[in-house]
Amino acid sequence: MNSQKLKVQQPTAPTRPGTVVEFVGVVKEFSGMRALDGFNLSLHAGECVALLGPSGSGKTTALRVLAGLESTDAGSITIDGIDVSALATSKRDMGMVFQSYSLFPHLSAGENVEFGLRMRKIKPAERRRRAAASLAMVGLDDHFDRFAHQLSGGQQQRVALARALVTEPRVLLLDEPLSALDAKVRVQLRDEIRRIQTELGITTLFVTHDQDEALAIADRVAVMRAGNIEQVGTPEELYSRPATPFIADFVGLSNRIDGLVRSAWAEVYGTSLALIDPSTPDGPVTVSIRPEDIEFAAEGLAATVVASSFLGSLRRTTVRLGDGTILFLQHGVRVHPRAGESVYVIFTGAPVSTEPVGPASVAQQQY
Amino acid sequence: MTGLTANGVAHAPSRTVRTIILGLIGVIFAVPIVAMIEFTLRAGLVGGYNVDRWVALFQSGFTGVYRPVLVALGNSVALAVGTVLIVLLLLVPTMLLVHIRFPRLRRVLEFTCILPITIPAIVLVVGLAPVYAIVARMLGSGVWTLAFAYGITVLPFAYRAIQSNLDGVDVKTLTEAARTLGAGWGRVLLWVLVPNLRRGILAGAFIVVAVVLGEFTIASLLNRVNLQTALVVVSKVDPYTAVILSLLALAFAFLLLLVIGRLGAPRTRTSRRRTNVKGQA
Amino acid sequence: MYVLLFLAVPTLIAIGTGFFDNTGAFTLVTVAALGDPVVLTTFFNSFWLSALTAVVGAVVGAAVCYALLGARPDGPLRTTIDSLSGVLAQFGGVMLAFAFVATIGIQGMVTLYLRDTFGLDIFENGVWLYSTTGLILPYIYFQVPLMIITFMPALQALKPQWAEANATLGGSTASYWFRIAFPVLAPSFIGSLLLLFANAFSSYATAAALVSQGSQIVPLQIRAALTSETLLGRENLAGALALGMIVVMAVVMLGYSALQSRAARWQQ
Ligand SMILES: Nc1ncnc2c1ncn2[C@@H]1O[C@H](COP(=O)(O)OP(=O)(O)O)[C@@H](O)[C@H]1O
Ligand SMILES: [Mg+2]
Repeated sequence: MNSQKLKVQQPTAPTRPGTVVEFVGVVKEFSGMRALDGFNLSLHAGECVALLGPSGSGKTTALRVLAGLESTDAGSITIDGIDVSALATSKRDMGMVFQSYSLFPHLSAGENVEFGLRMRKIKPAERRRRAAASLAMVGLDDHFDRFAHQLSGGQQQRVALARALVTEPRVLLLDEPLSALDAKVRVQLRDEIRRIQTELGITTLFVTHDQDEALAIADRVAVMRAGNIEQVGTPEELYSRPATPFIADFVGLSNRIDGLVRSAWAEVYGTSLALIDPSTPDGPVTVSIRPEDIEFAAEGLAATVVASSFLGSLRRTTVRLGDGTILFLQHGVRVHPRAGESVYVIFTGAPVSTEPVGPASVAQQQY
Repeated sequence: MTGLTANGVAHAPSRTVRTIILGLIGVIFAVPIVAMIEFTLRAGLVGGYNVDRWVALFQSGFTGVYRPVLVALGNSVALAVGTVLIVLLLLVPTMLLVHIRFPRLRRVLEFTCILPITIPAIVLVVGLAPVYAIVARMLGSGVWTLAFAYGITVLPFAYRAIQSNLDGVDVKTLTEAARTLGAGWGRVLLWVLVPNLRRGILAGAFIVVAVVLGEFTIASLLNRVNLQTALVVVSKVDPYTAVILSLLALAFAFLLLLVIGRLGAPRTRTSRRRTNVKGQA
Repeated sequence: MYVLLFLAVPTLIAIGTGFFDNTGAFTLVTVAALGDPVVLTTFFNSFWLSALTAVVGAVVGAAVCYALLGARPDGPLRTTIDSLSGVLAQFGGVMLAFAFVATIGIQGMVTLYLRDTFGLDIFENGVWLYSTTGLILPYIYFQVPLMIITFMPALQALKPQWAEANATLGGSTASYWFRIAFPVLAPSFIGSLLLLFANAFSSYATAAALVSQGSQIVPLQIRAALTSETLLGRENLAGALALGMIVVMAVVMLGYSALQSRAARWQQ
């Protein structure tokens, strides 16, 4: 685990001391299958951590274990230093937003938001005031009396967020809350969740399988794979210094090319590239190279353009090398290669991550 | 620790609770059936048990005293076939037509098809008696004419079975695809829609069979002979045989419904596989 | 569309003859028969029998549905119970009467067992199996399965997330059931209850096979009226009784749709 801890300065200082959460060696088995396999993660006070990983990697399980919706088989979970393993869900003081719509259908939006306050025996007048304020925070002040089926998917998730936050919980848990929404609403609500989270300074665990979402919303991103965390770091770290090709592949796009590590350098098609992890032992490896780290040049590797597509602010071009290897490059829109055109490409020399060639790379999970 | 079961359904009962409830009610509900079996095994007034009556019934090959039952069974089967035919030839095309061409009539059709459930069979008989007086004059008083009446009483069941299949299949797109490929309406119906709706139609047909074989009210009050009315007649003469036949009929109906249940099961499996394929693409 | 007509015509005729008498005229005499004390008693019998068995059936059936919640919908337990319910609810009829004669008839297994083992004579005060009281147990025997069939989908539709949301919001198990599950289920439960009532009210086969003499409930009185036209000295009593039944059924269905539209406030 080479998690570099780089404390990011909060844009707005938390208004109250946030909560610290720590998972230590948590194990969770479902009928012999390990969904969490010695899971370690700490959430600092007031930060938003995104749990990113392919489907089935154990993200939801990690979140549910923290909420107390699943029991653990081993390891400990502490909130502000106190072990909560024996604490029932209703006593853990967490706000949770589910992937599928979970508003109570027989209650209006306002009554849904009031539910947690009612459980805490808050007086009706104050309940109503706080519910209204919470709905206002998510921009739905005039939807107090609507029922779930009268709201769009995005609005339902907003109400669910208001419902989760109105009790001022210690930790906010979100399990792919945006995955059922369409692209535009998704981005909108994502930014709004980030705004509210920063304003409240509430410690947040955000589960997603969408890398853009994770990079956009989180102070730190934890990438999960097969019940474990592969790397934790700020979005920038993960992108520019992925610990493994799995991360490189999962966070952003990358080319995977056969290469050789020799005395702390990776050799690919006659070019020597710096390694992100200089302690990599010598031997044949798979090298991950970002598409923006390959460029067209006057001379270099001879290649033929296969296809080129316009992506708005940039262009992505696929080329085939003489030996049949396919590479893709990202570059400015002004360069416009034609299919069939002969070109030369070079590696810019940015540090790369590698993985030994072997069964491990075959078992690679793709999403 | 929070009372969750292994499969994560937080409101589901624990294994113990489930076993207690089902065990208790199961035992109570088993008593009458056990009593029926016990009844058929009684060896005369002296006490003790044997299987003589069962053996006698099967060895006789339904001749002699049991002959009327066999005739009645034949009647019921014929009625079931007739009713299934009516449903297949009239209900299925109507439903498809409404589904594809006249979606606005769907509410009307649904209402019409569910209506018979709110009209007790005994009330229907009152209305049918004069109708059948006319029918008998025109078509004779054959048992098969009852199929018209049964066609109505089974409507809700058949409708529900077929509709649930219809909801799961994108009939409109299938039809449009077939039409763009040059198929006429007849071919669309026979080659494209019916195969896709096979499960619903089959389930509907089985339910119709079960309902018709179990029907008593209309046949009895219109003085027609079918399986159930014959059972009542037999029970007056030979209660033991009536109970044996009832047990057999109940077992048969149970198997029939089990098959219907199985018909429904694979459908969910296929659709799950289909979404998986989509997810990978 | 011609099909619609084919279906509608017999149905309408059936209802029509219920409303009017055989001669085609609407006579008040027919309707007045409904005011007869004998007829009123029959309707009253039918009413309490249906209400009682509907309530018991609904409660017991709901308990079975609850017990089945954790079981896989396509597992062997569910499919077996579903099929059994279907048989008992829709196919039983005449055969259920035989079953109860074999169980609690004069020579029934349970009757004899209680008499021989505990010296308990369940027919001490007369044989009640062939009266309205005797119909209670057989009716419950098909009401419970009908409840299982109609109520299971509603119970199945409870989302686990609601229970989980309740827990994360600080709610207890009790608050889940009383504040979420029961209110959400109430419309379906009452709907099923009304359906059970209608089912018992209109059921004929079991009663007819069990009770060969007398007409304690409305369907049996219709039988009597159909077989002997001069009952109570009135013609077309069957039509009047059928009309009465339709009125009761209509009221039940109106109640049902009123309930639906009330629930529609928060349902799609
Ligand atoms: N209730 C459960 N019963 C059995 N297996 C489960 C259950 N929940 C999750 N799993 C299994 O645990 C693994 C991790 O699941 P999950 O945490 O939901 O993954 P993710 O949220 O990353 O997609 C999966 O292989 C899944 O099949
Ligand atoms: Mg998940």
